[in-house]
Amino acid sequence: MTENGKPKFAMYWAASCGGCEISTLNIGDKILDVDANFDIVFWPVAADFKYDDVRAYPDGYIDLCLFNGAIRNSENEEIARLLRRKSKILVAFGSCASLGGIPALANFTTSASIFNTVFLDNVSTDNPGGTLPEPISQVPEGEIHIPEFFNSVKSLEQVVEIDYTIPGCPPEAHQISAVVDAVIAVFQNIATLPPKGSILGASKVAVCEECKLEKKEKLIQRFYRPYEISPQPGICLLEQGLVCMGPATRGGCGALCPKVGMGCRGCYGPLNGVEDQGARFLSAMASVTDVGTAKDGEHTAEQNIKAVMDSVADPAGTFYRFSLSHSLLNRARQTNGAGKGKMNEPHQH
Amino acid sequence: MDNTFEPVIIGFLCNWCSYRAADLAGTARLHYAPNMRPIRVMCSGRVEPDMVLKALRFGADGVLIAGCHPGECHYIEGNLKTLRRYTLLKRMLSQFGIEEERVQLVWASASEGNLLAEAVSRMTESLRALGPLRWNDMLISGNGHGAKDVVKKIVAEMATQEAGT
Repeated sequence: MTENGKPKFAMYWAASCGGCEISTLNIGDKILDVDANFDIVFWPVAADFKYDDVRAYPDGYIDLCLFNGAIRNSENEEIARLLRRKSKILVAFGSCASLGGIPALANFTTSASIFNTVFLDNVSTDNPGGTLPEPISQVPEGEIHIPEFFNSVKSLEQVVEIDYTIPGCPPEAHQISAVVDAVIAVFQNIATLPPKGSILGASKVAVCEECKLEKKEKLIQRFYRPYEISPQPGICLLEQGLVCMGPATRGGCGALCPKVGMGCRGCYGPLNGVEDQGARFLSAMASVTDVGTAKDGEHTAEQNIKAVMDSVADPAGTFYRFSLSHSLLNRARQTNGAGKGKMNEPHQH
Repeated sequence: MDNTFEPVIIGFLCNWCSYRAADLAGTARLHYAPNMRPIRVMCSGRVEPDMVLKALRFGADGVLIAGCHPGECHYIEGNLKTLRRYTLLKRMLSQFGIEEERVQLVWASASEGNLLAEAVSRMTESLRALGPLRWNDMLISGNGHGAKDVVKKIVAEMATQEAGT
């Protein structure tokens, strides 16, 4: 532990892929500013500090802690609580920490079902004893403790109080730079902190506002999966029948995905005041279709609408790709854990 | 299954047809299940998917959306928008493990009090057979994350009860 008077910086990964750290390193030269202005006291991907080092710090020792990754197991939760205690400013960094992210899609199934797929019922698995990870197990050398695997994935905010959120999967490097600059200005006493709970490094309007593709308010007859059609350049993807979550997603990324012909995945999360991103997007999807008119008669209208809605693949997984932990329903209903970890299939009639 | 289980149904009824159908059912003194809590909306197209999810999350066992028949909407096509949303919502809810009996859409014009009453009774019986949904309890018991909110709520309730006595 060095005492050089510089603000202390920490970054941690819980249930994450490491993309957030890569994006942080992608800020380029700015990383030198981070080093010049901060003293790194904990950052598993970049510096060799142990949990015990963090435990030894006094409470509130870390000035800025960027926490990425969802809360998947008891280790994630323990470190989240530890870092909360040790940090003055705790930031939920990236989609997983702020909304549950991709790991939270596991909330469509159960831990038992996941274990079944990973450790038992799988063509590439050789586990004759049917051994499953247990939080406590006895071996000849003594007792082994490993983290408990939770049934539901949680966001950071659902475990500890957070100060700010920087959304994105991953947060865009230029947005991280801007936040780093802003925080440095605060520590140099030339700026003040934004109100607690603010969402930093993102815009207040939808991705569509940043998207250059032309929107004509054209209504569609069916939806396509990305491999089924080649989108025409320059035209709104949703109006071509591709699932693009732009209307229900916070901007700030510069509409990177639609720019290259891939529908918005929804990673920056819901807009201000929206409780449930998936439900809002469901609404938008229903609004761009124009099958089933009053002239068709009740039965035909129902049939036609059902046909077009059935062309949406995996609606729940698509609409809640990043936000399942922060959705109203939060997870799928618990089943008995049988099956191969796949979620409940939509009913077919 | 406990036979005394009374399902809670949140009913979103459109102002122009179905709310009047419910009114008619009442003035005609029809007997039907008292399990629906009606909420009047100007159009069934006003019912956002969030509203349905919120009802299910916070204690409803089922949600009934009722509107004018297609072609008879006061706002021309509001009910068709409802039908589009509802069709997609139902598919999505099945992935959450929510049975399709729990969220129903019925068309009932202002003169069809009997039809609405029957729909409510039928839905009540099918929900009784399915049993309670108890979404929030499920989140807590399955180490979900409703726990914190619910504990807060219970503590607040206890505090108000103590203040009352």
